[in-house]
Amino acid sequence: MPPDKHKIVGQFIRALPHCRALDMTLTDIGPGTAGVAMPYDERLIGDPETGVIHGGAVSALMDTCCGAAVMAHPDAAALTATIDLRIDYMRPAIPGQTITARAECYHVTRSVAFVRATATDGDETRPVASATGAFTVES
Amino acid sequence: MVRKRPEPVQVVKQRRDAALNALVEGVPYIRFLGIAFERHGDELTAVLTYDDKLIGNPMLPALHGGVTAAFLETAAIIGLSWSYLWEDIESGKIDPETVSPAHLPRLPKTIDFTVDYLRSGLPRDAYARARVNRQGRRYASVQVEAWQDNRSRLFAQATGHFLMPARTGTLT
Repeated sequence: MPPDKHKIVGQFIRALPHCRALDMTLTDIGPGTAGVAMPYDERLIGDPETGVIHGGAVSALMDTCCGAAVMAHPDAAALTATIDLRIDYMRPAIPGQTITARAECYHVTRSVAFVRATATDGDETRPVASATGAFTVES
Repeated sequence: MVRKRPEPVQVVKQRRDAALNALVEGVPYIRFLGIAFERHGDELTAVLTYDDKLIGNPMLPALHGGVTAAFLETAAIIGLSWSYLWEDIESGKIDPETVSPAHLPRLPKTIDFTVDYLRSGLPRDAYARARVNRQGRRYASVQVEAWQDNRSRLFAQATGHFLMPARTGTLT
């Protein structure tokens, strides 16, 4: 992976208005892999009693991270769109903790990229959520 | 047979709208995305008002896929809670004078959520309606459809499974 790929994908994420609104940053990138972090923010609370982040914000993080992994794949183009995305919520994220998603684009055909991702909030052994998705490969 | 005299329309509306407001107003993320709920009888339509911060790729421009997922998930959770609370709202078990988020049962928890992206979300308002396909004591299955200009041209649809809140005596 050329070092400037990190810069390009990182800048790309910062250029997406919704990613900026959620203050997402690229933490790492490799061939077909990406990591994206989203800090805790009270505006994103889904359960006011506990302060737990809304599942929708985790979906936005997962979708961004999966898209970044597709862009980082050597066989895929620099543009992609989500075809479908499934998220499993394993446990509520701990209020106050940054959530980090890691995605791997594990197979690419001429038209489809297959991706899986995991989100954690500090404890790598106990994921908050996992996701699987299919993304377009632009020709 | 003696027919009970129907309640005045404003009493009915006030009761239903108070419960709906209590359900929605307490959640910061719903406000952050700018989602409102329109009610016709027991039918809810979630409305996502367009804002620049909802954009994913500014070159197209299109709504962020995560925004679409979040909008559909919110429509599903509120739609499910609404159908679950309906009987208590209508029976007067939920008091419209005092109802607040603290008086309502907890919201259902998402177990899993799958979104189909059918076409890209245009930079304008979006609408969604949820249908509860099955609601058991513990689990529920909900389907959501979202559209923009034409009701029949969906831009996304989703199915999700939810864990229902425990039925306790917290209703006042």
